[in-house]
Amino acid sequence: MSVTVHVPGPLLRFTDERRTLMIDGASTVRELLALVPPGVRERVLDERERVRSHVNIFVGDTNIRDLAGLSTGLQPGDDVFVLPAVSGGTFSPGRGALP
Amino acid sequence: MNALTQSGPRTLLIGTMKGAFVVRQRRGGWSISEPIFPGRPVYALAYDERGPRPRLYAGTESPFWGPALRISEDLGQTWTEPTEPNVRFPTDTDLAVKQIWQITPGAPDQPDLMYVGVAPAALFVSRDAGQSFELVRGLFDHPHRQKWSPGAGGLCLHTILLHPEDPQRMLVAISTGGIYLTEDGGTSWRSSNDGIRAQFLPDKYPEFGQCVHKVVRHPARPDRFFLQNHWGLYRSDDGGNHWWDIANGVPSDFGFSMAMHPRDPETVYIVPLESDEFRCTPEARLRVYRTRDGGTSWKPLTRGLPQKNAWETVLRDSLVTDDGDPAGVYFGTRSGKVFASLDAGNGWECAVEGLPPVTCVRAARIPDRKTPVRPRRLRAK
Repeated sequence: MSVTVHVPGPLLRFTDERRTLMIDGASTVRELLALVPPGVRERVLDERERVRSHVNIFVGDTNIRDLAGLSTGLQPGDDVFVLPAVSGGTFSPGRGALP
Repeated sequence: MNALTQSGPRTLLIGTMKGAFVVRQRRGGWSISEPIFPGRPVYALAYDERGPRPRLYAGTESPFWGPALRISEDLGQTWTEPTEPNVRFPTDTDLAVKQIWQITPGAPDQPDLMYVGVAPAALFVSRDAGQSFELVRGLFDHPHRQKWSPGAGGLCLHTILLHPEDPQRMLVAISTGGIYLTEDGGTSWRSSNDGIRAQFLPDKYPEFGQCVHKVVRHPARPDRFFLQNHWGLYRSDDGGNHWWDIANGVPSDFGFSMAMHPRDPETVYIVPLESDEFRCTPEARLRVYRTRDGGTSWKPLTRGLPQKNAWETVLRDSLVTDDGDPAGVYFGTRSGKVFASLDAGNGWECAVEGLPPVTCVRAARIPDRKTPVRPRRLRAK
């Protein structure tokens, strides 16, 4: 069974406007992000492969920051949500990223 | 300065903290486009006429999705959006680009050569007209880099000046790191801050670590530079090896912006700010200062600029000239106003107001048949 990735509106141009992606073969969030379209992956992860500061990833209704980060395990049938964070509406050049 | 090599209305590319705009001179006023990249900070813009067709470049940031260099070959009608960001640190650096601060076209006879400066402070070079970039390792590996520290805007490389005759020579400026020079095309670099004060350090004249805000050079006199420092105005007459204080008669030697007259290597423009704590125009008067004698003296330019209740800030890339005759001089403010002078600074008008905070301004002359994106006319002022 696949994991369902829910894509936010600003990234639909990288998924041929598909709001959900069915991904097989990922046992962690890190593995999952290696399988999504490159345009989505590059906007969720920076070049260090860390989640950008104002992007949140939820597995079900839990933020992976409260789980095991990119190492968070996935089960068949999970729903994974990529969401812009409420903290991200302004620009702060000095911010960091989630390892 | 920005080249006006074509005929056509004077055109301003305006970067703001919430997108970019194109402002064009019209009979009796100015027009403005709809926002380009709405919501995205744009700290760097460039207009490039070297190739077979003019290109626009924009360094866009996203509060969520990261930075990218965007390119338009139809004067803003459409823009590239690279699937994978084209300016990115190599994996071994363990760094991520936070922001593009400067976009500098290379030599005229190398139309595909581009440089960009980024935060965290680094220089990148492109040899395919901005499609891909490579980290300039000679500067990145400089032993000083580990001791550079961020200013209020982050640790950024914000100024790139190419020598007009010798492509091996280049100056870059870093906040806070200071001035660095290369004479071998970027393979090796040396700091060159002799005489530049660092108000915020125990050693006021260190080898490096100064917070340089902007440096300009006149192509007809390439060994002369002018520098607006985080406290201090300077001039170098020997290619940047030594710097001399030229803050003669300005209300404050703090400021961010600086622009060179297109033809007169003695004429420079600045907008002094009251202090590094307040960062607003002194006495609530918006004054551009101009020297016509290489910094020996500075005179305020006020005609058409508000002289009361004007608590304004002009950022480092928001003051530019064009090579019109007489020269156009333009600047944008953090309060979202853009002022224009079409007579070398003698008189000014507010061309646009109500924009998001202005982060950069570039000037070009673009023919009407190449009208940029969706202009709408403003009421004449």
